[in-house]
Amino acid sequence: MYFNFTESPVPDRDFRVPSGCGVVGIMHQRRRLFSGETIIKSIALMRERGNGLGGGFAAYGIYPELKEYYAFHMLYDGTLEKKEAEDFLRERFEIVEDEAIPTRRVKEVKERHLLWRYFLLPKEEALIPFESEEDLVVDTVMHINAHIKGAFVMSSGKNMGIFKGVGYPEDIGNFYRLDEYKGYIWLAHNRFPTNSVGWWGGAHPFGLLDWAVVHNGEISSYGTNRRFLESFGYRCTLYTDTEVVAYLVDLFVRRFGYSPRTTAKIFSAPLWQEIERMPSEEKQVYTALRTVYGGALLNGPFAIIVANSEMMMGLNDRVKLRPLVAASMGDFLYIASEESAIRTVCPQPERVWSPKAGEPVIGELVREPEVQKIY
Amino acid sequence: MAKRRSTADFVLERDDYKCIRCLACVRVCSYGANFYDERENMVFTENRKCVGCHFCEAICPTEAIVVQHNPLAIRWNAHWTSEVVTDIMKQAETGGVLLTSMGNDKPYFTYFDRMVLNASQVTNPSIDPLREPMEIRTFIGKKPLSLELEESEGSVALKTQIAPQLKLEVPIMFSAMSYGSISLNASKSLAKAAQTVGTYFNTGEGGLHKDLKEFGENMIVQCASGRFGVNVDYLNAGAAVEIKIGQGAKPGIGGHLPGEKVTEPISETRMIPVGTDAISPAPHHDIYSIEDLRQLIYAIKEATRYKKPVGVKIAAVHNVAPIASGIVRAGADFVVIDGIRGGTGATPKVTRDNVGIPIELAIAVVDKRLRDEGIRHLASIIVAGGIRKSSDVIKAIALGADAVYIGTAALVALGCHLCQKCYMGKCNWGIATQDPKLVRRLNPEIGARRAANLLRAWALEIKEILGGMGINAIESLRGNRDVLRGVGLQEHELEILGIKPAGEAW
Repeated sequence: MYFNFTESPVPDRDFRVPSGCGVVGIMHQRRRLFSGETIIKSIALMRERGNGLGGGFAAYGIYPELKEYYAFHMLYDGTLEKKEAEDFLRERFEIVEDEAIPTRRVKEVKERHLLWRYFLLPKEEALIPFESEEDLVVDTVMHINAHIKGAFVMSSGKNMGIFKGVGYPEDIGNFYRLDEYKGYIWLAHNRFPTNSVGWWGGAHPFGLLDWAVVHNGEISSYGTNRRFLESFGYRCTLYTDTEVVAYLVDLFVRRFGYSPRTTAKIFSAPLWQEIERMPSEEKQVYTALRTVYGGALLNGPFAIIVANSEMMMGLNDRVKLRPLVAASMGDFLYIASEESAIRTVCPQPERVWSPKAGEPVIGELVREPEVQKIY
Repeated sequence: MAKRRSTADFVLERDDYKCIRCLACVRVCSYGANFYDERENMVFTENRKCVGCHFCEAICPTEAIVVQHNPLAIRWNAHWTSEVVTDIMKQAETGGVLLTSMGNDKPYFTYFDRMVLNASQVTNPSIDPLREPMEIRTFIGKKPLSLELEESEGSVALKTQIAPQLKLEVPIMFSAMSYGSISLNASKSLAKAAQTVGTYFNTGEGGLHKDLKEFGENMIVQCASGRFGVNVDYLNAGAAVEIKIGQGAKPGIGGHLPGEKVTEPISETRMIPVGTDAISPAPHHDIYSIEDLRQLIYAIKEATRYKKPVGVKIAAVHNVAPIASGIVRAGADFVVIDGIRGGTGATPKVTRDNVGIPIELAIAVVDKRLRDEGIRHLASIIVAGGIRKSSDVIKAIALGADAVYIGTAALVALGCHLCQKCYMGKCNWGIATQDPKLVRRLNPEIGARRAANLLRAWALEIKEILGGMGINAIESLRGNRDVLRGVGLQEHELEILGIKPAGEAW
């Protein structure tokens, strides 16, 4: 049933592949759960932005009963790799539950992988060398992706998951039975890699902990960003631009505790001429951010949507070389490559706007006690 | 045996039909190569005296003069070249060390010429620098690993104090050339150009002439082994202090300014008596190890009240990476690495031509080493030694440098023709001389304009290339070795440079 994947002509696991794409993010800011059908409909409208070599989704709020545990979505080439990865996971975690990720047969999707999910609880003794539980998870993900050949961690956050593969996103969504899941944030991605074949792990979203990133563009500063990240212990092993974005948000937001807005201003830094015109205290802050975090500046054309359990953010590069449109309707926030992708699921939004270059669109959860009762 | 006269390196051909006997060439040549025979009414040249500086050729009003290499100075031999034979003859006669100037002129591999750059095609739009902002501002100095911020509703405040930084509008500075090795007019030209463009020049180790004090904001003062002119006012006169341990043109040795050159003004800036030799010892006699260097760095930081970055300059030698690491750990805010092509006013030829390593390799290993140790942010890397053009700057930065120093290129902009005779102090172009008649030939206003033009031109070219790569800020080029590919390099060299061979994709 499982093919040997090494027969593929150019597996992009070993190369950094520039790609064009379509992206969508939909969030309900009061955590109302809605089915994956909405986002499938939205991303399907932008079919032309992809070429059938990659599609994927991230969904938040899908495992309410198991929300205490780290949900690992894994991609294996075969059972041997599965065993090796599981042995490694067992050294560090208690596997509370595990099962095959439910799929249905879809003729457009040529399934070649063993897809498995785990709900994990860190072991006390495994935590000793790490500062936090999250650092243990990050290290585990990096280890598996870098050292266990044929095993790949698609996602590793709590109460969320990434579903991706090679195919058009609507077919991938159908394959993973996403219509049966309900979440409050959904991201989707339609990929147009500029090489002959896609690897399932190379599809977006890219995730680490509960971060998920979808990305349209090419990050020309990849080499600089990778080296910047290496000095903070991140190992870029996947040769995708998107990988650096996920690690950079993890670094700034989770580890340094910066707000998403400040993080966005590091990625798409204001021009020096803008900084010159700022009031003195602000000028000092932005001068310092650019001076110290020059290696984290994202250069080249991009439109990205980043999410975690608390928020969703859309961001363009400093000169807006890729499309990104935002809209809101009640508690719903929509961000997409094209306005049509929003209007197909929300025909009359209250507000539609095109974010300026480097200006983030940030949707944060509205915290209300009764909303918590949803669980 | 018959005493063999050394062969002329150059042949000066004068078109007698064009020559109007104005005798300008006779008057200008500081080496006395041209002379006039009144009886014959002819101008002649004693070819052996010609150093090939092309000054007479440049000023001849009728273009009657052409200076050429002597095509067959010595019988051709691939092994016993004319240079080798001439050198042996000179040494047989004098029994001394051969002196020379400027940088290594031997055909060692130039790695810059074996690395090619990337550009955007289709998947990534290139950016037109004429339409879009293109930023090349650079900061030199110690950076914290991370910043502590205090964020509240919509406002951000900075909690971390950042160490003093040098702000460069172009990532290029003028490297250390002392008043003494070059003329005051040359120093003034570079100082003024640095001020115009928004970058820095370096005093070298000769102390500070009073005319240069006004350029303090764009000046780096140097403290070398001779400690000439070093006092607390000097250290505080510039924007940064550089401790010079070594120099690319002469790693491992010191310097010697002969007493004849220590004129009144030189004596004043160097703070030594007129007519005494100015000797810079090979080592600093208070630095025999890395912990001594740390003491000097902090002594200077104390003297400058921690308001100025303090850097250390070394020559690129085999062990450059661990040495640089030690310097950073000793507290330096920037490290200057000078490669085997680095220039000088005077050096033993044997040292210049044989000691040190190419700067490209040094940048790659130092940047990697500092990153591997997690201390790259603690110091900026400035590289020097044979940076010839804007593409060299781009490649150096892509390999991991923060900025570059140019010396030779700056002097060429002022008129230098690389005759390599600076040590004689007779520079016809008014650059490497203290002779008032010759110094006058270099107008500091014009010199400043030319040096500033060079930086402006390189800055435009750098922006052009960045835009082509789809990058609009130089920080995204720094250490981005992905934009480099090697052509015709061996596997191990590619590995040291940390780049892939051309033809290999990401």
